Amino acid sequence: MILRTVAAILLTLAGICAAAAQDESRLVLLTHDSFAMTESVLEAFERHSGVSVQILRSGDAGQMVNQAILSKNNPLGDLLYGVDNTFLSRALEAGIFAPYESAELAYVDEAFIPDDSFRVTPVDFGDVCLNYDIAYFEERELQLPASLSDLTKEEYRGLLVAENPATSSPGLAFLLATIAQFGVDGEHTYLDYWQDLAANDLLVVDGWTDAYYGEFKVTGRDTGSRPMVVSYASSPPAEVYFSEDPDAGAITGAIVGDNMCFRQVEYVGILAGAANETAARQFIDFMLSPAFQEELPLNMFVFPVREDAMLPEVFAEYALIPENPAVVDPADIEANREDWIQAWMEVMLR
Amino acid sequence: MKRRARDYWGIVYLVPLVFLGVFYVYPLLSILDVSLRPAGVLDLTAFVRLLTSDYYSGTLLFTVYQAALSTAFTLLLATPCAFVFARYQFRGKTLLLSLATLPFVLPTVVVALAFATLLGADGLFNDLVKTLFSLDYAPIQLERTLAMIIIAHVFYNFAVALRIMTSYWSSVGLGIEEAARCLGADELALWRDVRLPLLRPALLSAGALVFIFTFTSFGVILILGGIRFATLEVQIYYQAVNMFNLPLAAALSLVQIFSMLAMMVVYTATQKKLHLAPVSSKTTAKRAKSLVERLGLNVCVALIAILLFSPLVALILRSMLAAGQLDLANYASLAQKSRGSLLFIAPLESVFNSLRFALMAMTMALILGLIASYMIKRRGRLSRLLDPLFMLPLATSAVTLGFGFIIALDEPPLNLRASWLIIPISHTLIALPFVIRSVLPSLRSIPPSLREAAQTLGARPIDALLTIDLPLLGRGIAVGATFAFTVSMGEFGASLFVAQRESVTIPVVIYRLLGDPGMTSYRQALAMSVLLMLVCAAGFLLIERLRIAGVGEF
Repeated sequence: MILRTVAAILLTLAGICAAAAQDESRLVLLTHDSFAMTESVLEAFERHSGVSVQILRSGDAGQMVNQAILSKNNPLGDLLYGVDNTFLSRALEAGIFAPYESAELAYVDEAFIPDDSFRVTPVDFGDVCLNYDIAYFEERELQLPASLSDLTKEEYRGLLVAENPATSSPGLAFLLATIAQFGVDGEHTYLDYWQDLAANDLLVVDGWTDAYYGEFKVTGRDTGSRPMVVSYASSPPAEVYFSEDPDAGAITGAIVGDNMCFRQVEYVGILAGAANETAARQFIDFMLSPAFQEELPLNMFVFPVREDAMLPEVFAEYALIPENPAVVDPADIEANREDWIQAWMEVMLR
Repeated sequence: MKRRARDYWGIVYLVPLVFLGVFYVYPLLSILDVSLRPAGVLDLTAFVRLLTSDYYSGTLLFTVYQAALSTAFTLLLATPCAFVFARYQFRGKTLLLSLATLPFVLPTVVVALAFATLLGADGLFNDLVKTLFSLDYAPIQLERTLAMIIIAHVFYNFAVALRIMTSYWSSVGLGIEEAARCLGADELALWRDVRLPLLRPALLSAGALVFIFTFTSFGVILILGGIRFATLEVQIYYQAVNMFNLPLAAALSLVQIFSMLAMMVVYTATQKKLHLAPVSSKTTAKRAKSLVERLGLNVCVALIAILLFSPLVALILRSMLAAGQLDLANYASLAQKSRGSLLFIAPLESVFNSLRFALMAMTMALILGLIASYMIKRRGRLSRLLDPLFMLPLATSAVTLGFGFIIALDEPPLNLRASWLIIPISHTLIALPFVIRSVLPSLRSIPPSLREAAQTLGARPIDALLTIDLPLLGRGIAVGATFAFTVSMGEFGASLFVAQRESVTIPVVIYRLLGDPGMTSYRQALAMSVLLMLVCAAGFLLIERLRIAGVGEF
């Protein structure tokens, strides 16, 4: 009995060895755990190219980039998709990407292309903005805040919930928006601003889910008590898309005033030393094609970078795109992330 | 002949050690090496930074403090209840014990939502107190306090302590207690001089497990504690993932591991061999008769109902009510694949995936855990080292070990980085300590004379194992199996690694749903959490059935 079970364990180990066999006609896409894509679209690529695509999710964006750097000498996959401008510098400095300039970039606004080395290719973007409960503001005839400074006014006291920049990606994005707006030196820095926010009864929680489902009060949902939350510009159309009655219209809105949002751009890059570089290039072209780009909004609630990509109806109707989001250079972010967050922690926990 | 038999056992003993070596020690050493010797030279500046900073010593102190408090409260509440469960027979006892394990499987995000329903400023408890005493403010302000962290830790770990102690106590005979009573001991003296000393092995075993579990707490600290509280585990995640400061993360991981080892050495040193004649629970458990006995029983059942079941009931109600009305559309939609998207499999399909991994992890953990328990039980210096060794995976930061997997298990024959096998293997690593802690106290208390008697009568070692040890260990094995199953059902970190269809488990679906804004996502996530509880409850009852069918009620 026991011998047999030991044999079973050894057989399992043997199975592990067998599972390790590499497959030539396979493309491995390393991505973060929010990745989603319409199955039929991916299948069309597989049919067309004769390459099967394996998706390897690797935790959040930070974990994914770190894993790619750690496995630089023996890459986990052929492509890495989902590194954003807050982690881009780290990935570029570590030299994990092989350059590729896709012809499809002709359809992409140049502002999305980080530099002329083409080590990464932009795929999508999303803006981190304040969301609000429409009914709350309408019932009280409360004006929407027109700038970040407005949030420290008495009428918005205790209304906002934000995320911790140390543990949350939208939290960091919002911190960066305040850094772009108020700066790190001078009379009134971003830290002074956060102090004012805290004095105006700001609530900070660890992550997006806790903020959005735990603390954000939306009419019709029985959780939360705050009618404003740091979320995405795409959350209101998603809220309609996933509502139980999509015809009822929007229940939340995004505030997209100048310098009130921070734009996250997501990139894809070929991992240096990829086993299947030709297929990886084909896949990047495919990611920029209308077929893939137009599926992005309803799968991951981000916007396509391709200019002629059509938006789905619910996005066309309910999504707002900020005209002037706040901008912080990726190299500045990587160089100062720790100091900025540390200083923020000290102010907020005082 | 005899020599050969001994060699054969030596090989069996190697199996858990090889498993731990390949899937724990090797990845851990690899990541520590990469982190602390980046240029081939040992760089200890991270340790200097740790030692000279008040901030990190503060984090260590808080980590120990909250874990000690959580463990103390858990044991304080669980010990009298374990006594009641071991000593009194009542209807629904097995069911109640099984259901008490349910909190253990729920993701922290979901538990946080349930707690908000009950204890939040607008929660049920506050509403109740406000109406009762006509107050116009919320008297219970627990959100993001240390008290909330402790409550959540007790909620999660109560069943761990309760079940380990009950299973052990049930086989402790009443002889010594009756003797003490004859000699005039009162109730207080009975507890102090007889019951607690007898219970000590199980009390320490459960305490060690709860302590380690809360020592490395992550989700509860972040979500329920808020940004003011950070344990070492939280700091390691922050340094390793957000800052990519691997040296500091490695140094913190080592501090975490060595604090744990120090504690385990103290624990192992206080373990004493205690041989008791095992008895059937039928002789130790009776019906509660006197008023005091019935009162004690009811208080315990009420405690479990309030502490463990009220958040679960809140969750179930919340999943079924929409705007105050019964609405089960979210349940009905679980059988369909709602989105044409890859990885969005029909939620019900994830139930089969979860069950498959849980069965694999449970089987592996039981086999390895039983062998390891026998190995630890044998006297000798080596076995004293083994006990802490098998606890270590629980005391090691998940993100550190995850990075270790990436760099260590990357070459054939062990290229596991993209394989679903990593899921049951990592679940087994975490489940092993639970099996060992559940089995070891009973195993240690079996008098060697029983086995010697069997061997004198001509039984082979394997017969002695099957006819003496297994029936006596049945209860402990069932508890270990229950926790191994639960650990695997509730874990989601490793399942996120691989994204094949077959690796999408229930917790992964819950997290994915809660990542999308919108009412259907939210309500489906709640329905999925309730489903997770139901599947687990069914699993627990089945394990109990199998135990009774397999080794009989003892």
